[in-house]
Amino acid sequence: MTLSLSRSLDFVSTITFPDLVFFFLAVLILGCGFVVVYSKNIVHSGFSLLGTFAGTAGLYGLLSAHFVAAAQVLVYVGGVLIVILFAIMLTRGIQEAKASNPSTGLIPASIAGLVVASMLIVIAVSFPWKTKALTEAASTVPQIGHALLDTYLIPFEILSVLLLAALVGAVMLVRKEIKSDSEETEA
Amino acid sequence: MNLTIGLPHFLVVAAVLFALGLVCVLSRRNAIGLLMGVELILNSANINLIAFSRFIENGISGQVFALFVIVLAAAEAAIAMAIVLAIYRSFKNIDVALTVNLKE
Repeated sequence: MTLSLSRSLDFVSTITFPDLVFFFLAVLILGCGFVVVYSKNIVHSGFSLLGTFAGTAGLYGLLSAHFVAAAQVLVYVGGVLIVILFAIMLTRGIQEAKASNPSTGLIPASIAGLVVASMLIVIAVSFPWKTKALTEAASTVPQIGHALLDTYLIPFEILSVLLLAALVGAVMLVRKEIKSDSEETEA
Repeated sequence: MNLTIGLPHFLVVAAVLFALGLVCVLSRRNAIGLLMGVELILNSANINLIAFSRFIENGISGQVFALFVIVLAAAEAAIAMAIVLAIYRSFKNIDVALTVNLKE
């Protein structure tokens, strides 16, 4: 295995180390994605999501979007994934034991997905993208900071209000039932 | 960083990830499974945004939009989980095919 790999490395000398990293990340992302979609156990799906999110963060790093990679790790791996795992654990009681992640119409859905994927791949490969020559990427973090407080100031502020609204809304949704319970006990 | 692979490689990964998310959203009956599909789709969109910003614009606006998408995804996940827990509390189930009543 390693021998054939090193031999193919000798032959394909144009493949650089970042390329290998890309292929590793692509396999990680898509492999974990397959487990997320096709696993019978939702806990397995939830943990495979970790591989997809982490691999995506790696791709961002490969594209020299270091700040977005850090945000991906912090928000997705550290936030969204934990919330999803919490929700799985809190709602698993009813569906424990056997197939805890039922799917219906997996075959038609897979066919639809295959059609969409092949269409998108054909477009991505055949379209003559006007790519620029890659320059040596400097760190984009200072530029992003300036852009967020300059060009994108209004969206940035609106986003903070949206986060506040989401926070209050989430608390409201989960609190509601408790309030009606106390009203029932009063009545 | 001498990357010899180009934009189409990243677009293909994003396309397959999008299709996987689509299959997940179409076929899952567990509400949390559905949400995972949405997260996959958002991630594929982010890969596209950043790949385009690196290979075509060579600037940062794509990265800024990807950041906005990440923030929106976080807010969406929090709200969706609150809704899922509320549904679980009233239906004792989070199967989206069974939760057909808007009112108890």
